[in-house]
Amino acid sequence: MDIYDMLFWILSAIAVSCALGVILSRNPVTSVMFLILTFFAISGHYILMNAQFLAIVNIIVYAGAIMVLFLFVIMLMNLNADVEPQKGQLVQLAGVISGGVLFLVVLAAIKTAAPQPIEKTSTDIGLITNLGKVLFTKYVLPFEISSVLFLSAMIGAVVIGKKEEIPNIQRGE
Amino acid sequence: MLLLQVDTALIIEKLILITVILMGSLGIAMYATWAERKVSAIMQDRVGPNRAGPFGILLPLADGLKLFFKEEIIPDRSTRLIFILGPCLAMLTATMTSAVVPWGPDFTLASGHIVSLQVADINIGILFVFGVVSLGVYGVMLGGWASNNKFSLLSSIRAASQAISYELAMGISLIALLMMTGSLSLREIVAQQHGFWSDGYFSWNFFKQPVGFVIFFTCACAELSRAPFDLPECDSELNMGYHQEYSSMKLGFYLFAEYINMFVSSAIMITLFFGGYNFPFMDKVAAGVNPILFTAICVIVLLTKVVCMILFFMFIRWTLPRFRYDQLMKLGWRSLIPLALINMLITGAVILWCVKK
Repeated sequence: MDIYDMLFWILSAIAVSCALGVILSRNPVTSVMFLILTFFAISGHYILMNAQFLAIVNIIVYAGAIMVLFLFVIMLMNLNADVEPQKGQLVQLAGVISGGVLFLVVLAAIKTAAPQPIEKTSTDIGLITNLGKVLFTKYVLPFEISSVLFLSAMIGAVVIGKKEEIPNIQRGE
Repeated sequence: MLLLQVDTALIIEKLILITVILMGSLGIAMYATWAERKVSAIMQDRVGPNRAGPFGILLPLADGLKLFFKEEIIPDRSTRLIFILGPCLAMLTATMTSAVVPWGPDFTLASGHIVSLQVADINIGILFVFGVVSLGVYGVMLGGWASNNKFSLLSSIRAASQAISYELAMGISLIALLMMTGSLSLREIVAQQHGFWSDGYFSWNFFKQPVGFVIFFTCACAELSRAPFDLPECDSELNMGYHQEYSSMKLGFYLFAEYINMFVSSAIMITLFFGGYNFPFMDKVAAGVNPILFTAICVIVLLTKVVCMILFFMFIRWTLPRFRYDQLMKLGWRSLIPLALINMLITGAVILWCVKK
């Protein structure tokens, strides 16, 4: 067991336990913080795979921007454990069944899939120069199309969030 | 155990460097609080601090001592753990950025060992800075939320939206600079700005990207929530802002983190735009003196530039009035981001058509 394996197991343990913390903690703010820790652990995995650019972008975009927005919404909603409505028994049962079925499917899929070991640090596709070159030459079309997808999502958000024109009744027009 | 294969000499060297940098930034931040009061006094034609020691020079020590001895109050209805975590995160993110700043050129010891004055030379240095800056808002947000106080919550929401808005313009203004340098490593960027004059033009990035610097500086002011962008702690509207419920050294951490942030972001700006530790005629100096002395001169040059930048921040704070919140958002989204985009497009076009490879 070399230092690479050790780091891998430590990071994996952190990632899995924090991911469990996300769904098990009662307080939504604590959930968000566990999720941030999970992102950090995943970034650690990226660094182990020599993908430093991916690791730092994961932190900037997910931990730094998206989770801040999550926290923002949760703070404004003022959720408390005692105000939160409890789900009925039937809904809980349905949740358990559907979750179990999903688990079964995933398990079946993993069982048949051939394991592909990741090459340790020999690949340097994750370094920013190589990644940039690949993205703008080989995969330029999917890359641009995905950016159009983001643009459309953005425009959609603007359209939904736009103020409705309220007819001015008081002026009597 | 293969763990023992790790180069212990390297670890000790880096530990010493980290300690020195940490102590240095704490010391500079301490005296920045003194300088802030002194500068404001001079600008407003007052005497300023003059009781503790000559020119009030012992004031930061007295301040620290006072904060340590104050009673520590944790509000009854607060979320205790997160309340304590808030100032810790603020301090942690403030000090972390200094890891990638190259504080001086390498020098060789008599034993042939090369010592680098940069804690970590990672090839994504500037992105690391951005990552840490984007995490910096958590300290304020969590602290403000956990205090269970309306003013704190409002202030932390302000801080978060301000930080997110200005991070965008900051990133775009930096892209233009990175297109010119072609590297994300701060060490590389400093090396490219060697000396002061090369190939018939200034070698410092400020002279190549003046608009980029203005945008970057404005955004840095907003990220640091310094006046005129100090809306998160604007006392006329929010009492004290997100640290309303904090007392004793926890409050001290918040206030102190702000000054450390100011020091580190000044260092980053100097590194990116004003040539880091480079200075005019450095080659002639390097040829004349012994290399360790030369490194020391470079470090002093860098620190002098940083102090000038900090003073510039202070002059702005005591000159300009505070923005209104809608003005702040308008400036960020409607002026700075389009300006940064145009700057980026022009830079791209110039590099594509005018610069001969």
